[in-house]
Parts: sequence; structure tokens; C-alpha cells
Amino acid sequence: MTQIPQQLKYTEDHEWVRAEADGSVVIGITDHAQHQLGELVYVELPDAGRTVTRGAAMAVVESTKAASDVYAPLAGVIVQGNPALADQPELVNTDPYGEGWLVRLRPGDAADLAALLDSAAYTQLLAAED
Amino acid sequence: MKREELIFEQSRPGRRAPTHAPATLAATDDLPSSVLRQEPPLLPEVSELQVVRHFTRLSQLNFSIDTHFYPLGSCTMKYNPRASNTLAMLPGFLARHPLEPDSHAQGVLESLFDLQELLKAVTGMSGVSLTPMAGAQGEFAGIAMIRAYHLARGDTERTQVIVPDAAHGTNPASATMCGCEAIEIPTGPDGDVDLDALRQVVGPKTAAIMLTNPSTLGVFERRISEIAEIVHAAGGLLYYDGANLNAILGRALPAGMGFDVVHINLHKTFSTPHGGGGPGSGVVAVNPRLEPFLPIPIVGKRDGSYVWLTEADRPQSIGRLSGFMGNTGILLRAYIYMRLLGTDGMRRVSGYATLNANYLCARLASAGFTIAYPRRRASHEFIISLKDVARDTGATAMDFAKALLDRGFHAPTTYFPLLVPECLLIEPTETEARQELDDFVQALTEIRDLAGRDVGELKRAPQTTPVRRLDDVRAARQLDLTWQGKPRTVN
Repeated sequence: MTQIPQQLKYTEDHEWVRAEADGSVVIGITDHAQHQLGELVYVELPDAGRTVTRGAAMAVVESTKAASDVYAPLAGVIVQGNPALADQPELVNTDPYGEGWLVRLRPGDAADLAALLDSAAYTQLLAAED
Repeated sequence: MKREELIFEQSRPGRRAPTHAPATLAATDDLPSSVLRQEPPLLPEVSELQVVRHFTRLSQLNFSIDTHFYPLGSCTMKYNPRASNTLAMLPGFLARHPLEPDSHAQGVLESLFDLQELLKAVTGMSGVSLTPMAGAQGEFAGIAMIRAYHLARGDTERTQVIVPDAAHGTNPASATMCGCEAIEIPTGPDGDVDLDALRQVVGPKTAAIMLTNPSTLGVFERRISEIAEIVHAAGGLLYYDGANLNAILGRALPAGMGFDVVHINLHKTFSTPHGGGGPGSGVVAVNPRLEPFLPIPIVGKRDGSYVWLTEADRPQSIGRLSGFMGNTGILLRAYIYMRLLGTDGMRRVSGYATLNANYLCARLASAGFTIAYPRRRASHEFIISLKDVARDTGATAMDFAKALLDRGFHAPTTYFPLLVPECLLIEPTETEARQELDDFVQALTEIRDLAGRDVGELKRAPQTTPVRRLDDVRAARQLDLTWQGKPRTVN
């Protein structure tokens, strides 16, 4: 069963976003997305300090099936990519909402977060895709 | 099946193949000592018969179109008629030197000139260059010509290349390599390009749109003329990815659909050897507006003789893409294939390729398989989705692909295009007999029955191949391509 934690925000492109206490957000791909991709062999992350616009490709996840862009759910500045993924890209598969996070980003406008899907809307989106 | 040992693993110190060694070894005492080896090269020490057996056994492990139905189709490689190979190996072709004067190479030049003319005829274009040495290089040449065209007109802001989401991954890559930005547009539920989305993205920055027609979804783009109008009206050009030319050969012209440039994979449609990385050939054909920019050299005719046209004749050319004139051996095979078929034969190719695909599609539909675009006539290929089977039984498209191997069939393309979940992209080509297609339907039906009955057994496939399921992830992460044995020391 696909996990969709209630406290997170989601995008139609199957990314999740978690607001942190310090005003930054942590971004990853959903359990559904990692399942569709299959086991990852490589993750390409943006450098710290890069400015991204909403919807721009900011990372690449590559499995034995395909390489897919991960789009920035919010505009902002990259704080850090997950350093653990260089050696262990499979963390995205085994723990997509935890150790397998992709990017920490400082949003340009924190209000953008409210525009993202909540867990109920994302659950509906998956049901419609099926 | 016994694992075939690597030739290095069969090596024993001092073993030789004396019948192949020269009676007296060439003297090396005139070579400076600084360039002489201190250690012998790392070569396997085996007998002549061991070499013969090793490579014969390896060749018998091939799972190829010469031995099995191969539904990857022209997408990868069609059946290569033996006649093309035999004739292209004639000494007059084979024993040429690329630097010999044109006057000594009139036969080869005439063949290549005729090939250029034949390719103009099958595309409807006015100019052809044979030099790109692979499909990706043909794409690069096409977009480079489009860039050169816009720049020559002082139109410097056109840097966006529109690519539908169903496109081959090489399309956005080629656009990026040429310094352009790839703009993705969606495909509608019927498999056609979403025209509203196209209208929204075209504009003064549009350099081109790259399309495959029929598309990778195995359906013909019905509104291609409208697409051409929209893109041309915005000042952009149309690029035809020739990957699926097999479906329309001799029946429709890319030029007639409004395209400005075409790349053709000779190793796909024109049946030249390919696989394992080449050699390939991605020739390009263009209409008059792009002709000045064609890569050189091109074969021309001057005073009754055939000559190479170079920088002096084509000052606006995007330049050279290969040291000489592309993969000539491949070009000759395509030329001979086209001459053997003739105009009627080429129409038969597309006719039977389409008929075989539609027959197989209809048989699989009536056997209860889910066709991805059931309301559309298939082109030379079609897609089935095993999403329902995967949901009900846990058997994936990959399990089906592996189980086909045990039943004597090469697997079709799996998990491409990415738009269709758990998909198999099936392309039988024109050369398969009906019995073979019927047997394939039978095999897929058996595999589905097995999935419902004992999915664990299905997941153990393949059981008849020299290696079973490989660890794809480990193979991608830990490449192990070279023998790492220790060199012997000089005695």
C-alpha cells in the first residue's frame, strides 16, 4: 500500500514537501513515485546556493528503467542536497519520506507552500491516475 | 547450461597456437629500448582449437533475429538480407582507400550519389548528406542546421525546441547539445500531440519542433498538417525523427507533411547491420531552405564525373561530422537493399510491417490483452499494457519479457514509452510469417495463465538461458567490464 503521510504537502509531479522550523523546506519524491521508478541507481542533486524557479527541473533520479527530472515545487534557493544519496541512492526507495530526502530549499515566498496539495488531494490524484 | 569460461580463465602458462605464429619472429633490435615492453602483454595463452570452440560457443549463445523472433523490430534492427551483405563486400567496394582520388573511386561515388537520390525520393526532400554516423549524430546535424538557418537570417533569439512527451529521449538531448532549450508538451489521451499546448508554447523563441511520425506510441499523428501550420506560422521549423519511417515507406513523404529536415536511421528502415553500438548511419535529408547548411562532404556531379563537394562548394555548411564520408560500408548495404526492393518492394515493406503489427494487435486484443490505444489503428508497432495483470497477480512487464526468452522469443521493448505503465512495445516487422505471430500470441497467453496460477514460478524465468535474472541495479552501479588478471612477468 502506498504511503501518504498526512503532515506533508504534495505536487502533481509526485514530490513531497515538509516545512521545517527554520523556515526552510525539505523535498523528496513520494512512495508512489519511487515505486513507479523502481530501484534507483543514481541521483543528481543541485549545488547549494542555486536559485530555482517553481516547476524548473532541479534534480534527476535515475533507475534501471528511466531517468526522470524532479521539478522544484517552490521557487527558492537550494540550501543543500542530501549528501547520503551519492553513495546510497537506494535510500530513496527504502525510506522516501525520511533518509531518502533529496533537497533542502529556502523558499522565496513561504506562502507558496499553501498552494500545494494536501495528503487528501494527493490521495485523490493517485486514485484518478489508476 | 554450463557457464562459458572467459578466454582468460581458460589460459594456462606456456600454451601456444604454433600453427598461427610466423616461422621466424621479426627482429626488434632496431627499436629504441625506451619503447620496448618490460612485461609481456596480458593475453590469454590458449590453443587454436580452444579459441575456435570458445568463440563458436559464444556465437551460439546469441539470442538474435537469425535464430528467434525478435519483436524489437526496426526500432533496433530488422532482418538483414544476405544479398546486401554479399554485394557490399565485393572487392571493388571493400578494397578502397578513403584518400584515393575521386577519379579512382567513380563506382563507389556513383553508388553513394544514387543513394542520395533514392533517399530524396523516399522523403520528398531536395538535399541529402550521408555523413552522420548514427541516429544521434543525425539529430545533432538536423538541429545544428536549423540553428544555422535561423542565425543566417539574423534571427538569433530562436533557442527553444519543442518536444512532445512521447518523444525519444535523444530528441531533448540533441536540442540541448546544440545549445537549445527543450520545451516539453503533452500528448492527448488519443495519442496525438495536444494542439492547445502547442499553441501556447510557440512564439518568437521557437527554433523547431521535433516529431516522430508515427509516434513512439505506434499511432500516426493525424493533425500533422495543423502542427506544421502552427509551427511555421510562428517562424519555427519541423524536424522529423526517422525512427519509425518503416511504417510509411513508399506511402507518405515527410516533406508532404510539412517537415523541413529528416534524419533516417539506415540501420532501422534500410536494414543494415546494427546492434551492440554500431556502426550506424543517421543520414539527413532537407528541403531547399536548409540545403546550404548540410554537413559535408556530399557526392555531387561535375562534367559527367562524380566528385566530393566540400567547404568550397558549400560555404554555409555546418561542417564535417566524420573523418571521411560516414560509415560507407553501411551506406552501401542500404543502397543495395533499396535497389533490390525497388519502389514496389519498399511499398510492400511498409504494407506488411503495418499488416503484421495490426494482425498481432488484433489477435492479442481478442486474447484479452489490454491495448494502450485501442481506438487507433496501429502503425508498424503497438503497445500493450500489463497494468491490470500486474495489479491482479503481481506479474510485471519485466516478468513477461523474461518468460518469453524461455519460450523461444526475444523480449519486445519494455517500459518504453514511459507514458504507458507496465508496457510492452511490440514491432514484428514485415519479414515475420503468420505462424510465428500466432506462436507469439500463444506464448504471451501461456505466460499470463502462469501468472494467474503460480506467479512465483513465473518470477523464476528465464530458466533456459546461460545466465538467469541479472542484478540490474548492481550492474549499473558496479561496472565490471575488463579482465583484471595480473600480467605475467618476463622470465
